[in-house]
Amino acid sequence: MKNTLKVVSMAAAVAASSALAGEITGKIKITGEVPPAREITPIKGDKLCGALHTKPVMTRTYIVGADHGLANVAVYIKAGLPAGKTYTAPATKPLIDQVGCVYEPLITAAMVGQTVDIKNSDAFMHNVNCQAKVNKGFNFAQATQGQVNPRVFDKAELAVKLICNVHPWMSGYVHVFDHPFFAVSDKDGNFTIQGDLPDGKYTVEANHLKSGMVTGEVEVKGGKATLNLELAVK
Amino acid sequence: MSSSNPHPSQPVWLFRFAALVALATLGLVCIGGLVTSKGVGMSVPDWPTSFGYGMFALPISMWMTGGVFHEHTHRVWASGVGLLVVFLTRWTAGSASRKTLARVGIAEVLAGVILMQINPLWKGEAHFLLGIGGVVLGAAAVGWKNAPASRLSVRLAWAAFWLVQLQGSLGGLRVVLDSWAIGGTTGGTVFGMIHGCLGQVFFVLVTCLALSLSGWYSRWTRNATEFRESFWVFLGTALVFGQLILGLWMRHQHAGLAIPDLPMAYGQWWPKTDAESLVRYASRREGVDAITPLQIHMHMFHRINAVLATLAICMAFRFSRNLPHGHPVRTLGSLWLCLIGVQFALGLLTVLTDRAADIATGHVAVGSLTLALGCWSCWAVRVHQRQFAEENRVLAGSVLPEIPAVR
Repeated sequence: MKNTLKVVSMAAAVAASSALAGEITGKIKITGEVPPAREITPIKGDKLCGALHTKPVMTRTYIVGADHGLANVAVYIKAGLPAGKTYTAPATKPLIDQVGCVYEPLITAAMVGQTVDIKNSDAFMHNVNCQAKVNKGFNFAQATQGQVNPRVFDKAELAVKLICNVHPWMSGYVHVFDHPFFAVSDKDGNFTIQGDLPDGKYTVEANHLKSGMVTGEVEVKGGKATLNLELAVK
Repeated sequence: MSSSNPHPSQPVWLFRFAALVALATLGLVCIGGLVTSKGVGMSVPDWPTSFGYGMFALPISMWMTGGVFHEHTHRVWASGVGLLVVFLTRWTAGSASRKTLARVGIAEVLAGVILMQINPLWKGEAHFLLGIGGVVLGAAAVGWKNAPASRLSVRLAWAAFWLVQLQGSLGGLRVVLDSWAIGGTTGGTVFGMIHGCLGQVFFVLVTCLALSLSGWYSRWTRNATEFRESFWVFLGTALVFGQLILGLWMRHQHAGLAIPDLPMAYGQWWPKTDAESLVRYASRREGVDAITPLQIHMHMFHRINAVLATLAICMAFRFSRNLPHGHPVRTLGSLWLCLIGVQFALGLLTVLTDRAADIATGHVAVGSLTLALGCWSCWAVRVHQRQFAEENRVLAGSVLPEIPAVR
């Protein structure tokens, strides 16, 4: 009897958690004439960085994939979450890598309190200069190949800029949220916001560094919702 | 500038040394300009150490990496200029300066030691004080007995002595306080601008010191002539100084390319700065940084002031042609006109080349020279005005005719 009760209560817990787990999937598209990427010529001019590339390194302002899908767009819940609810930062550590004298990925998203690992994969020095406006800025050197420095952002802030002054063309961005419901669109513009998102109506915002922001309304029902958004070339 | 010097207390070699310091300072202004143009000012995150190494112990492999080359070279060069200025002060002020130098050196060394004891986190600042204190004590230890140069030169030398130390400290604060929030901007921007502005003032000061030690300066007071249109010289110099401050602001606020076209601005005489227009302007850029109305207005003021400064210098040149041959204002007027012409062209090229770092740096360097020449011209005007008034006072009541004023 005791065992039966245990099994029933475990099943109820699993059912309850699956009812909480929700996701929003969708695609970000770009409209308008996308300007062509330009070569980052200073890379070629730098002896150390230039030696790491056989092909020209291009700007990544607009990365457009299949069916006008736009990459590197931060998509996140803007409104609709229960007021006053706090969330625990995920244990996963997003990685920002400096490789071939560019930041990979260009856009990272993290939660307040989540550890972000910043790595130097190049065999020479970079410095990581964080130009946060809300969070506390920092600037440190990474002289050793493979060096990883963890950093934690303690306030929500969009587009925290990281630059390398040793190689001034290098920049990357971190979007920091006070909840875990965010994603960054892939090379074809697809995104999935996952987590314990309860059913309900939400406002979702898509944020692209150059194209700006667009919002959309979505209703999560049975833990699922789809939302496609469009941004225009600016 | 002739190096022959009839004044016995102003040895020719002292003038040559001062000229070398002025040249080294111009080099420093150029490297500093390059650091800002290339955006590599923070490539070395610590100060006065570089990546934890002492100033002169940084491994060459690190020094030669990307922007570190410019930033660290700027630091080493600045240390060299500081050293030269301290010894120039010792030479110019004569052996009488040894006591003051010793006091200052001891005070700086003590301040460094105390700072280190108070807070180990201030080790860097303490090392800086120990370093400059050591150099000053070194200058005080030079036992060579020499007479001071003229009172004016000695004053200028002491001013340079204090200013070079202040300038070094500001350069350090620009790095150490980079991420501090100060009045809506960062400590890096604020201290960077002050450091840049003071750099220009320091350059002018050192050139004035070199000039005061030259034989040419000692001949300035011969044949005093009143220059009634001196207003244009003063106005031109003030406008050039204002232009340098505007330029500094633009460089540190990244407003140099807020307007990419010439002679119009986004096809208008004064561009609109409503939200829609700003988005349209930003779309013309490759980068993702927004353009602000303040950036646009400051850029426009810089353009307008460039025209005004050029006109004022043209007027100063025009009226200086009425002065007799050999008059310093006449000589400087011609040079000033040439420099402002070069400077105007470099300003245009800075925009047209998408702010190429070498062109932008040339614009900064020629701007410094233009300011220095303006200050020399103002000085020459004042010297002649005083001499002219003095001679007129002496001649008043005598039968000799007055020196004619030249219009």
